[in-house]
Amino acid sequence: MDKISVTFRLNGETVSADVPVTWTLLRTLRETFELTGSKEGCGVGECGACTVIVDGQAVNACLFPIPEIEGKSVVTIEGIAQVDGSLHPIQQAFIENNGVQCGFCTSGMIMSAKALLDQNPEPTEKDVRRAISGNICRCTGYVQIVESIEKAAHTQKPDSV
Amino acid sequence: MIQFAYYKPTQLADVFKLLSEHGRKAELIAGGTDVMVVIRQSNRSPEVLISLRNIEDLSYIHKNGNYTIGALTTHRMIETSALMKNELTALYQGSSQVGSVQIRNVATIGGNICNAAPSADTAAPLMVLDAEMVLKRADSERRVPIEDFFVGPSETVREWDEILTEIVIPEQMATFGSAYYKHSRRRAMNLPIIGVAVGLALGSNGNIREARIALTVAAPTPIRIHAAEAFLKGQPPEDAVLKEAGQIASSPECCSPRDSLRCEGWYREDMVRVLIPRVAKAAAANAAEKKI
Repeated sequence: MDKISVTFRLNGETVSADVPVTWTLLRTLRETFELTGSKEGCGVGECGACTVIVDGQAVNACLFPIPEIEGKSVVTIEGIAQVDGSLHPIQQAFIENNGVQCGFCTSGMIMSAKALLDQNPEPTEKDVRRAISGNICRCTGYVQIVESIEKAAHTQKPDSV
Repeated sequence: MIQFAYYKPTQLADVFKLLSEHGRKAELIAGGTDVMVVIRQSNRSPEVLISLRNIEDLSYIHKNGNYTIGALTTHRMIETSALMKNELTALYQGSSQVGSVQIRNVATIGGNICNAAPSADTAAPLMVLDAEMVLKRADSERRVPIEDFFVGPSETVREWDEILTEIVIPEQMATFGSAYYKHSRRRAMNLPIIGVAVGLALGSNGNIREARIALTVAAPTPIRIHAAEAFLKGQPPEDAVLKEAGQIASSPECCSPRDSLRCEGWYREDMVRVLIPRVAKAAAANAAEKKI
């Protein structure tokens, strides 16, 4: 299998890897970098469990061809806690507002929420629902998730990561 | 077996070179939200993928007389463009409803058109906006009206050595009001049961000066409904008139919806009749805002 060498930013650090050219970003994150927070649900861009942020935009890592990552900046669920180890306000809000049940969709949900709040710190409920419309949760019925994101927007300082 | 070489040219000239080198063994990939899914689900791949993603010159929305949209423009760029929202409303509505935020951040308008799904969300809007597709070869260029672009499901007039580079929407569309409605069971992550777009220009007397109606999932390709358009010309945009346009459009002469997983043909036909007047009303309201 032909391999390709890629160099990119991963959660703030410059990383390089030789990976099969046919791999996706998701497979590379999970198997090469052992960052298994991003999940594979459907593998075809329907469920959003693999959502990561590439150059500021939420994308499905399962559809992202690995050669395209060269020179880009990727943020995954593993990279959003504060430097001192305390949780990101969105993570904290999910815990406090019961936004997590089985947890499979959670990292994708939080990355979609982060992409939203980074661009729009004061979203309406409609904005929140639209932002997570590509993330399927089969447990919660979404209400606690939406509340978690809205509460996070309230508590998040504009200058936080 | 999934095995391919992946090329990332930055210049169009290099894309043509790669195409002539690899011929039909090569496939173009833009945002990848269709190509990657097909590879995954079929567990087969073309031998060569030529990525258009790094050709930056093809990602833009301009208005300089005509409107020009680069083929690599993402749906997200269209969704967040005030120009699109205000002036080409149906296209803004179409792009805003493709997939999810994650999909719209990478999926392109050119990919949506070249993939040629009978349900493509930008197809009906581009039809009512008289869009032309600019197809380039290494040494030539042609323009194809979108109405002539689709041949069948997943089939277009684009030849293997051609690249869709730009979508041109004529200047006069600035005077049209337009609207698109995607009828589906969920509000996101779904394909339309039926898609309806209407474009209307109103005369100084308030009557319809020109009309365009387009449907998706009503035939093997997206279609224009010329008979209903001709009927609307010169008429006032009143409920009874718009209702009649819906009646005409839902006739077997105009559309041929099929039974599918998502719904049966008779329901699609009913929805054409119901939705055309509603969407036309929205287009008329949009047009009224534009009257100078």
